[in-house]
Amino acid sequence: MPKKKPAKHSGDDTTAPISAQDGAPINTWRWLVHKGTTTSFLCISLFALLIRSAVSMYPYSGAGIPPKFGDFEAQRHWMEITTNLPPIDWYRNGTFNDLSYWGLDYPPLTAYQSYIHGIFLRMFNPESVSLLSSHGHESYLGKLLMRWTVLSSDVLIFFPAALFFVLVYHKTRTKSAKSEVAWHIAVILLNPCLILIDHGHFQYNCISLGLTMGAISAVLCECEVLTCVLFSLALSHKQMSAYFAPAFFSHLLGKCLRRKNPILSVLKLGVAVIVTFVVVWWPYIHSLDDFSMVLSRLAPFERGIYEDYVANFWCTTSILIKWKKLFTTPSLKSISLVATVLASLPSMVQQILSPSNEGFLYGLLNSSMAFYLFSFQVHEKSILMPFLSATLLALKIPNHFNHLTYYALFSMFPLLWRDKLLIPYLALSFLFTVIYHSPGNHITMQKPKASSSSSFTNFPGYVFLCRTHFFISLVLHVLYLTIQPPRKYPFLFEALIMILCFSYFVMFALYTNYTQWTLSSSADKEKKQI
Amino acid sequence: MERRKSNDRRILLCFFAVATAVKLLLIPSYRSTDFEVHRNWLAITHSLPLSKWYFDETSPWTLDYPPFFAYFERFLSIFAGLVDPRIVDLQSGLDYSADSVIYFQRISVIVSDLCLLFGVYRLTRKLDPIKRNLICALVIWSPGLLIVDHIHFQYNGFLLGWLLLSISFLQDGRDLLGGFLFAVLLCFKHLFAVAAPVYFVYLLRHYCWSGLATGFRRLVTIGAVVVAVFAAAFGPFIYYGQMKQVMRRMFPFGRGLCHAYWAPNFWVFYIILDKGLAFSLRKLGFEIQIPSASFTGGLVGDSSPFAVLPQITPLITFAMVLLAVTPCLLKAWQKPQPGLVARWIAYANTCGFLFGWHVHEKASLHFTIPLAIVAVQSLEDAKHYFLVSIVSCYSLFPLLYEPQEYPIKVLLLLLHSMVMWLGFAAQHADEKKALKKKKEAGEIKSKFEIGCVEKSYLMGLVVVEIVSQFLHPYFLGDRFAFMPLMLISTYCAVGIMYSWIWQLQRILT
Repeated sequence: MPKKKPAKHSGDDTTAPISAQDGAPINTWRWLVHKGTTTSFLCISLFALLIRSAVSMYPYSGAGIPPKFGDFEAQRHWMEITTNLPPIDWYRNGTFNDLSYWGLDYPPLTAYQSYIHGIFLRMFNPESVSLLSSHGHESYLGKLLMRWTVLSSDVLIFFPAALFFVLVYHKTRTKSAKSEVAWHIAVILLNPCLILIDHGHFQYNCISLGLTMGAISAVLCECEVLTCVLFSLALSHKQMSAYFAPAFFSHLLGKCLRRKNPILSVLKLGVAVIVTFVVVWWPYIHSLDDFSMVLSRLAPFERGIYEDYVANFWCTTSILIKWKKLFTTPSLKSISLVATVLASLPSMVQQILSPSNEGFLYGLLNSSMAFYLFSFQVHEKSILMPFLSATLLALKIPNHFNHLTYYALFSMFPLLWRDKLLIPYLALSFLFTVIYHSPGNHITMQKPKASSSSSFTNFPGYVFLCRTHFFISLVLHVLYLTIQPPRKYPFLFEALIMILCFSYFVMFALYTNYTQWTLSSSADKEKKQI
Repeated sequence: MERRKSNDRRILLCFFAVATAVKLLLIPSYRSTDFEVHRNWLAITHSLPLSKWYFDETSPWTLDYPPFFAYFERFLSIFAGLVDPRIVDLQSGLDYSADSVIYFQRISVIVSDLCLLFGVYRLTRKLDPIKRNLICALVIWSPGLLIVDHIHFQYNGFLLGWLLLSISFLQDGRDLLGGFLFAVLLCFKHLFAVAAPVYFVYLLRHYCWSGLATGFRRLVTIGAVVVAVFAAAFGPFIYYGQMKQVMRRMFPFGRGLCHAYWAPNFWVFYIILDKGLAFSLRKLGFEIQIPSASFTGGLVGDSSPFAVLPQITPLITFAMVLLAVTPCLLKAWQKPQPGLVARWIAYANTCGFLFGWHVHEKASLHFTIPLAIVAVQSLEDAKHYFLVSIVSCYSLFPLLYEPQEYPIKVLLLLLHSMVMWLGFAAQHADEKKALKKKKEAGEIKSKFEIGCVEKSYLMGLVVVEIVSQFLHPYFLGDRFAFMPLMLISTYCAVGIMYSWIWQLQRILT
């Protein structure tokens, strides 16, 4: 059929030399991208919203399981508390606020967000947030309204942040074809882990992650004050955002040290951080008592170093070493702190020595992964932080990103199974695979070149190791769903899943740390050659 | 070239895979009574002998599709029985709503959509990649299909796949096979019979009109094929002497001219004219009886629901449909071109939708899907399709009345409009580029633009939606509860009427 040869792909040929050479110019993304980034972003975000609202029809965590229910009830309870009590009582145990029943344990911004959402709920369904009597409230309308608050938070915070990031990131990157941009947008917005946790399990990670992503984009476009403000907001929404703190700190410090007046620029940023915190924490900083009361709520050390079966260092090694028996909680606290700092130190040092945009993104990934693996009281859901930063780097490390998505999802599989989210889990993994491998996409074409750039993955047996890993995980999926574990080890499969995911995460962390360090040296080499 | 071809196939599969993921996610959404209808049919066909299928009245949802669909349900019921025997139990299965039955039935729709995939694939395999991808996106991601099949619950994707398959054979010039497939389709769902005159005239003229000897031979062949298909479907029932009962079930004329929610068709104007006349005559002092049967109360009995205008009988609607289709039949007789078949079929289905008896709003799929094939043929077609598919999708909104699905239906429509807009713009920008061969960088100017009148009409949809969904309940509460639905169907009827006139004029010129 030679008549088809004349270029039908004219939209792309100026920006995508690869596709023209390959002779496969028609791709899935072409029609989507020809109107510019913002339009394709709009289209993809509509689709992402559709997926989110479809997932939100599934049950939430703890649906119909009294007496404690789950995260859904926790969030609803906070709305009840914040709309009915004055701010000073939000974190204080009292007759109306029993802290042992889902007491508020996130920083004030979460409380304010609960307050706003609570007002929204009260407008349409007052019973669902009435004081005390609404405990364990479950209704069609209540669920719907709650789901809509997450959807709206996503639209108002996460999506604009993603747009900001994509615009800035692809401006600084020199060679990025339009279809690559569209692919990247799709990958960020259709992040299966985030959708499952926020719209399935029920949480508001989109807010803190969106704020963090905004802060990251602000770094890329050199608005450091904005970075500090946004990241402080993220920190005051969820203390888990601290996973990213070393990267922000080291990158900004490294940059400031290179300025004419290092002290002045550091001071400027410090003031921005302090002002933001003062504003957000205003009701609680009038007395030391109040302040320490809130702080003690935020750090629930009494819950132990790990919970359930999370694929981090402490939980996985506890199969061999009983950490909880060997050490007391305070000493474990300091041990885990030291381990975390040590693990994130290399990437921090690299950023202080030679801060660069790309290195910063790797730094985010490495520090959040270090926190996930080594810090105190990590939850399965915390994989969202390292995963977000990997999403931002998806164009750089497509192959590893693909694997990470798979294992990040897998590490949450038992949790999602308990929440009865099996179908969304499968559907979203499937959707991700389809998008990842969408035809005509450059990532899949460049694969051999991209991975050859680093020698790390070339060591013998790596591919074999990956395949075996993958095969075992598939088998585990099936086993988990079909077979009852032996009575002696009721959590056998959870433990196996944890070991598998942990070993992948460690490999991944080693790889990204290695890449971050070779990044600067390769950049130096290029400079010398010039 | 081989690589290009496999790449194209991969794109089609990719589109379908994305759609499948969405369909899977829609499993827990709202289900209409059609869900229970189909479950009941599974039970009837599984637990009763064939001779009792069309007599069973255990549930009010009796079997009223032609026999092939019943056979299809019988086939599905084999698996249903394996999954959960209670699904196919006539008594204890009534209103059964366990996870097993929901997953089974939902997944059976998702799997049967493979037929749609194959139909689209076969129909588009020889087209330019850009047109091809566009058709795939329009058909496979059709919001109407998602709403009706995967939320509301029906098997339209499967049946429309047959229709597309049949059209694809006609376009290839393999008339006999195309006719055969259409006959089979008729025995699945007789609503497609509106397109039968088009098939009849086209096949007679294009297939049989070639010399006396060959022509007669072909006429006999195709006649035999059709008779064989119908015999396979209805044979057993003729054998049991139940044809009268089967026909009574298939054509329940007692149900009245309009469905509880009026489909946006010609009769909406007729009813409104009647109401308006009655109202003004009453104001003028005439004695006008208020009809005992009302159109807003659901099922309508035998008494005339009209106060002033003459009553409409099924025969009148039949004559009107035939009359409306006639111009297209004449054209088909004059110049039987395979390339125009899809357009004619779409037109005939539009006529059936506009003037038919007891039309469901869901039937608008019968012309929007074939129109998608026509839409890529020219710029004007694209513009027309943009309008009509939005209107027909919007007219399906009242099907999903629960708040949970509200964002989903709105997003589906928005996404569909956006995909259409981007797709058509890309298609028509390419042609311009091929002509001029300049202007390298930057955004491409497209010839695809919506006219002023169309734009304001579409904006009007937003107003209608706001009024019917928010302002009406806020200001009037439960009073005039029929008003929002009436507003929607009237407003959409204008768009569909416009589409009908446009198609007619397009066919005639």
